[in-house]
Amino acid sequence: MSESARSEVLARPVALVTRRPSTSLWGDAFRRFRKHRLATFGAVVLTIMVVAVLAGPFVYRVPIDEIDFKAKLETPSMAHPFGTDDLGQDLLARMLYGGRISLAVGIMAMLIALTLGVAVGATAGHLGGTVDHVLMRLTDLFLSLPQLPLLLLIVYLFRDTLKKLLGPEAGVFVLIVAVIGGLRWMPVARLVRAQFLSLREKEFVEAARSLGAPPFRQVLRHILPNAMGPVIVAGTIDVAAAIIAESSLSFLGLGFPPDIPTWGRILFDAKDNLDFAPHWALFPGTAIFLAVLAINYIGDGLRDALDPRKVLGGRTGAATPAAKDSVPEPALAAPADP
Amino acid sequence: MAVPVLAGISLILFTILALAPGDPFEELATNPNVPAEVRMNLRAKFGLDDPVHVRYVRWFTSMMRGDWGFSFVSRVDVDDLILQRLPTTLWVLGAAQLLGILVALPIGTLSAIRPYSVFDQVATTLAFIGFSLPTFFTGILFILFFSIYLDWLPFIYRADINETGWRWLWEHARQAAMPVAVLGLFQGAALTRFVRSAVLDVIRLDYINTARAKGLSERVTVVKHAVRNALIPVVTLVALQIPGIFTGAVITEQIFRVPGIGSLLISAILANDTPVIMGITFVFSCLVVLFNLVADLLYGWLDPRISYR
Repeated sequence: MSESARSEVLARPVALVTRRPSTSLWGDAFRRFRKHRLATFGAVVLTIMVVAVLAGPFVYRVPIDEIDFKAKLETPSMAHPFGTDDLGQDLLARMLYGGRISLAVGIMAMLIALTLGVAVGATAGHLGGTVDHVLMRLTDLFLSLPQLPLLLLIVYLFRDTLKKLLGPEAGVFVLIVAVIGGLRWMPVARLVRAQFLSLREKEFVEAARSLGAPPFRQVLRHILPNAMGPVIVAGTIDVAAAIIAESSLSFLGLGFPPDIPTWGRILFDAKDNLDFAPHWALFPGTAIFLAVLAINYIGDGLRDALDPRKVLGGRTGAATPAAKDSVPEPALAAPADP
Repeated sequence: MAVPVLAGISLILFTILALAPGDPFEELATNPNVPAEVRMNLRAKFGLDDPVHVRYVRWFTSMMRGDWGFSFVSRVDVDDLILQRLPTTLWVLGAAQLLGILVALPIGTLSAIRPYSVFDQVATTLAFIGFSLPTFFTGILFILFFSIYLDWLPFIYRADINETGWRWLWEHARQAAMPVAVLGLFQGAALTRFVRSAVLDVIRLDYINTARAKGLSERVTVVKHAVRNALIPVVTLVALQIPGIFTGAVITEQIFRVPGIGSLLISAILANDTPVIMGITFVFSCLVVLFNLVADLLYGWLDPRISYR
């Protein structure tokens, strides 16, 4: 083989890769995600729920706080598709409105947890040494806090001040979102740190470093995007955990006030009337369960989809069972401790 | 390991408490009959104006000595109140955790030795549903089905049952069945997935083939060789889950009115009973640390390579 032919052969794989226009990282991920049937089902269910709570109140124009004692504790009917509560308020309207808050709390708390977790994990993983040691001890410490008792304590101590400061609705929202997010960043921090430790030694980061990229640019442009896969999965699961945490708080009567009917709050009001109005508890409970189940399945699907080691199905066959199960399952620990 | 964690947790608790708005003498401040100098004297007496670290050390030492003040509401010492309730909580938690392990170990192992069989698929799906069902909703469903529809089990937990002997035991078992099942099945669902993936990780390793090749029965191979080694990562995950168990405990105790420290915490919060709230949060933290210690010791037993010198 002549010298020129050899160099042509060596160059060919690169050329082949660039000549495949239809596959991008996200396109691949999307196709892998669609292969996971239950994850697709979860995505559909969640989309329906999000559309319902966003558009629902504009279509279904029954007020959430119209008290009608003549129609109290009614089982589902044409006039009240989900029935009514002990004040005769329409449950469907309340659930559509409350669902917005439940889902918004989940998403906002996840964003806070991700931001904190990525910041702590990236700092620890990139700087290493004493900083890493201190931050990881802090993470361990936060992991061993009893979450719900602490959540209750903080909400109890700070609720009145924030209510005065921001008004009853916004105050409780900010407090709950901040506290739930602030108690859930630890798994993300550990994940990001582990990713950083392995990625910062990789050749492409070394290449960036040798080209003179400042540390901040190395982290932001080169390491972080490559560490995002597991973070996105953890974030998805965090949404579910935050929804459960908010519902637990409201269910204990310590979350949102009664005029803001989040799903957990409706359940709290319903639990003393179980024997003669079971529908009152079943609808919001099922809504929470479906949302959490859908999000957990989406997380499961994303974990499979965002793992670039996996080959797309079809040509080489779906990912082998062995590969599927050797993927670490960071999502597992998450929903268990809301 | 345990002592620094406890100190750290107490530091966080104290910080929260110190940052919290509100003043224990607020009532006196708004009361016009109490002159300002009396208030100042009281503040000085209780050391409220001391520097923060002095206050922290004083607070921590009194917490460690068991001097937790007394409840505003029931006029009893906080430690008496908590000690009275603690056994119930530990009993229900222990039974639930045991149930969770008893469910998870066999199901997880069976799933893992025949991955992607019908049994595995059903078990994995049920486990997924199980830990997506929040405990407060399972509790309500259980009450609806077993207490209201079937009328088999009482849904209120009573500490004072006027029976003796077997009857007493039976009544206790009946009323504990639902709280323990709700909590245990939730823990079990998450554990099943841990066990399954841990067993899957070891079942294909060479030493398992060796065990089979030298003629050991499948039972001995799986139980003694695979599961014991698979349990090592599971213990870590269980230790990480422990703070979560207390979350479930607070909620189940509240649903079924179990007179444990979880429901005491809720009623204390609703009644603004600060000393009790602080005491219980501290007890929960101590329990977390204690169970983490137990997990560490279990580790040494499961994995002889780890030694604690």
